[in-house]
Amino acid sequence: MTAPTRLGVVFLCHDELAVASSMVRIWHDGGAAVAIHVDRRTRGKRYNAMCQSLADLDNVEWADRRECDWGMFSMVEATQSAAAILLENYPDVTHVIVASGSCLPLRPVRELCDYLARHPGVDFIESVTAMDVGWTVGGLNIERFERYYPVSWRKRRMLFDWLVQAQRRIGLRRRIPRGLVPHLGSQWWCLTRETLSAILTDPRRGEFDRYFRWSWIPDESYFQTLARRHSTRIESRSLTLANFDDQGKPYILYGDHAEMLALSRCFVARKFWPGATELLARFPEDAGPAHAQDEPDPAHIERIIGAAVMRRRLGRPGLYMQSRFPKKDRENGKTAGSYAVLQGFTDLFPDFEHWLQARVDADVHGHLFAPDAVEFAGRPEIGPGGLSSHPETRDYDPFGFLTSLIRITDRSQVFQYAPRDAQDLSWFMVTDPNATIRVVTGAWIVPLMHSDMPFDDVRRIAAKLQRIELGQLDILRSVWVKADVEVWELADFVSRPAAILQRIVRDLTPGSWPLYDQPPVLRDLDQVGRFLQRLRNAGLQPRLMGDFPATRSEQDWHV
Amino acid sequence: MAIRIGSTLNALRLRATRQWYLGRALRRRKQVQPVRVLMKTVPRDAILCFVTQRNEAVRLPFFLDYYRNLGVGHFLFVDNNSDDGSADFLLKQKDVSLWRTTTSYKAARFGMDWINWLLFRYGTGHWCLTVDPDEFLVFPHCDTRSLQALTHWMSTSAIKSFPAMLLDMYPDGRIGDQPYRAGQNPMEIARYFDPANYMVHKNGRYGNLWIQGGPRARSFFGRTPERAPALNKIPLIRWKRNYAYISSTHMALPRALNIVYDEDGGERISGVLLHAKFLSSFIEKSSEEMERGEHYADSQEYQAYSAALQDDMTLLTGESREFEDWRQLEHLGLISSGNWA
Repeated sequence: MTAPTRLGVVFLCHDELAVASSMVRIWHDGGAAVAIHVDRRTRGKRYNAMCQSLADLDNVEWADRRECDWGMFSMVEATQSAAAILLENYPDVTHVIVASGSCLPLRPVRELCDYLARHPGVDFIESVTAMDVGWTVGGLNIERFERYYPVSWRKRRMLFDWLVQAQRRIGLRRRIPRGLVPHLGSQWWCLTRETLSAILTDPRRGEFDRYFRWSWIPDESYFQTLARRHSTRIESRSLTLANFDDQGKPYILYGDHAEMLALSRCFVARKFWPGATELLARFPEDAGPAHAQDEPDPAHIERIIGAAVMRRRLGRPGLYMQSRFPKKDRENGKTAGSYAVLQGFTDLFPDFEHWLQARVDADVHGHLFAPDAVEFAGRPEIGPGGLSSHPETRDYDPFGFLTSLIRITDRSQVFQYAPRDAQDLSWFMVTDPNATIRVVTGAWIVPLMHSDMPFDDVRRIAAKLQRIELGQLDILRSVWVKADVEVWELADFVSRPAAILQRIVRDLTPGSWPLYDQPPVLRDLDQVGRFLQRLRNAGLQPRLMGDFPATRSEQDWHV
Repeated sequence: MAIRIGSTLNALRLRATRQWYLGRALRRRKQVQPVRVLMKTVPRDAILCFVTQRNEAVRLPFFLDYYRNLGVGHFLFVDNNSDDGSADFLLKQKDVSLWRTTTSYKAARFGMDWINWLLFRYGTGHWCLTVDPDEFLVFPHCDTRSLQALTHWMSTSAIKSFPAMLLDMYPDGRIGDQPYRAGQNPMEIARYFDPANYMVHKNGRYGNLWIQGGPRARSFFGRTPERAPALNKIPLIRWKRNYAYISSTHMALPRALNIVYDEDGGERISGVLLHAKFLSSFIEKSSEEMERGEHYADSQEYQAYSAALQDDMTLLTGESREFEDWRQLEHLGLISSGNWA
C-alpha cells in the first residue's frame, strides 16, 4: 500500500473574498493543504480581512501577490509560485488541483482524494492538440502559439487586434521550442506531484517560460503542453465542471441548478454566482456511502447548457420578437411549422373550404389576405393568438401576421390565395421550405365570367389579375424556390379535377389515403372558351388558362 | 462609400439628438424639487428604480413590495403634484427618495426630462430600472433568481441594456367589475393577455424595434394600426452619464442601447413588463387624463378608451391566455432567456 493521498490546492482569487474564504475553509476542512494567491490589485484592506478570517487555519499558505491579467502569463506565474510553495512545504501532498474562489466543491474532499487514490499516477488535465481545431470557443487556435501577444486583449483590444493583423501581414512567425507540441485545455487541472515538480524543475523551464510569456492565454496552454512532455498517463478531462457559452464566457451557476449539480456527481463546478446562497449552503454534499465511488457524469448539465448555446446562436425558427428579429435570409427557418397555400380552387369550387376541412388534419382558412377581410376559419372577429381580422392591421405587418399565426397554432395551416389578395408575402412564402403551394392558373377568370359587371370593367380587372399572376409565376419558377410548388393551367385542371384534388389532400395529410369520394361542386365552365374569345376580341390575350375552344357550336356565336 | 457617409451623418445626428435631450433635462433640473433624498446611504452596487407618479396611492404598496422582492435597492420617485396622499405614503418608506414637481408633465416630455435628470445625477454606475407604477417586470428565471443575478450576469456578458416589452393585462369581465384595493396583486384581477398578435418594425435611425399590438391595438386601433401605442421598452440599463432616454423608455441613446435583439437568427435575453393598466381605477383615470390632456399625441389613446368605456369595454376573447409564469411567456415566444441557462 502506498502512502495516503493528500490534496494540495492552488487557490486563485481576486474578488468576492468573503465567499472565497469559505471555499478555502471547505478545502482545508477536507484535509487539503491550500496555497492562496490573491491578485495584487485587490485592496489591501480586503486582503487583510481575508487573512484575518483564515488566521485560525493551519495548512494555509499565502503566495506572493502579483497583478494578474486575464489571458496573460502572470496567471501562470501565480499558479507556478503557489504550486511551488505547496510542493516545498508539504512533502506529503500527492496531487495538486487548481481552484478559484468561484469553484464550488460539490462532493466531500475526501471522495475526491479517494478517487485520485483509486487512479494512481493519473494526471487529470484536459489537453487537446492545438492543431485540431475545436477546443476553443470563439478564439484563436494554433495562432496562439505562432504570434506575439504582448498586450492584454481585455484592456487594449484595438491594439491587440492591430498587432495580430500586422504580424499576419508581415508573416511574422514564432518558432515553437523544440520538443514541445502545443496543447490546449481547461486551466482547472489536477496533476500528480511527480508531473508537477517535473514541470517546475525542468532544466529548460527558463526557455519555456520565455516562450509562453508572449503567447496568448498561456494559462490554458502552459501546463497542458508541458504535461504532455512529463506525464506518464494523461486523462484528458478536467475534474472541474466548467462550461462556456458561444462568446467564451463561463456559464454561471445559480440556486436552481442545485439538483442538477448534485446529480452530475462532479467533484467541483464553476462558476457559481456569489449570491447563490442555496448552493453555498448545500454543497459539498455527502450523498452517502453508496454513492461515494460514483463516477462524475456531467452529460445532463452539458446538454442543458448546450441547448442554451443553441438558442442564443440559432433561436427558435419562425419566431420574431423583441430580442430575435432576424434579417431577411438569416432566419434559420422563416416559419415555425408547415402550411399550405391554395390558389384558384375557391374560384372553381364555391364550397371548397368546407369540403377540404372535412378531409385534412389542418386548419383550413379562407382568403387570409383578401383585400377587404381576413377570412379566418369560421370567420371569427379575433383570429388565433388574438390576431385582428382588420385587413389594415394585417397589412401593417404581413410577415408578423403569417408567422404569428403559424407559430401560435398547433395544427398546420391551410389558406386560400388569389391574385386579388395582398401580394407582400409572395417571395417570403416561395422561399420557405415549410410552404406547400398549389396553383391553378387562370382560375380567377371563372368568377369574373359569372359576375354581372359591365364587360369593360371585367376586361380591365382581368388584365390586372393576369399581370399579377404572371408576376407570381415568375417568382414560382425562379431559382430561389424552396417551397413545394405545383402549378396547373385551368384547362389542364378541369380535365381531371378529381384526381388532382385527391393528390392535394394526400399531400396535405401525408399517410392518409382518401377514399374516392364526392368532389366538391364545380362551377359551370361551359362558357369559358367563348368568354376568353370575347376577351381576345376586346384586345386582351388570356395567357394562363390553357386551351379552351373558342367556339364549340353555332350557338356560341350568339353569346 | 455612400453608405458610410450616410451612417456617419446619422451618427452625428444621433449624437446631437442625445445631447439636446440631455441638455433639456439638465436645464429643467430645477423643476424637480427634492423632498427627501437618501442617496448617500445607497450602496454602490444597488439597483435603482426610477418612477414618475401622480395620484397612484392605491397602486404603490404592491408596487414597492414587488420590486423590493425582485431586488431593487432604492426607489427614486418624482411626484407630479399628487393630492391623494401618495407623497406622504412614499415618505414613510425607508428606501424611497422623493422629488416633487408642480410643472407640466407634457412640457417635460411626459416626465422623461425629470427622469433623465435624476438618471444623470444619480444613475451613473448603477443598474437603473425605469418603470411606471402599473408596470411589473418579469424576466427569465425570476421565480428562482433575483434581479441582482440578472444584472451580474449581464455585466459579465457585456450586456448594457435589457429589453422588456409591455404586455397589456386585462380582467375577464368588464373593466372595473372587480374593484382593486391597495396592496392587492393587480395580476389577480388583470390576469389575461394576448399571446401572438404583436407587430414588429425596425426603426432604422435609432436601431430599436417598434412593437405594437395586443388588446389595445386590436380593440381601438384595428383600422389605424400605425397609431397604436408602442409596446417596446428598454427599462433596465447600466447607466452612464452620457446616456439619455429619448421617447419614454421606448428608446435610448447611444444607439447601441437599443440593439437588444439578434439579427442573425439567434435569441438574446428579454423580459416583459406586465402592464396592469386596465383595473377599476382606470375608468376614473382615463376620463381625468383626457380632460387634463397631458398625455402623448393629445391623449388620443385616452379618447379611444373613453369612447369604448361608454359601452362597457371587455377585452377578453377566446384567444386570450391566463398568465402563469415566465416559462409560459418564453414558450409563447414573448420573452427569451437567451443563453442565460
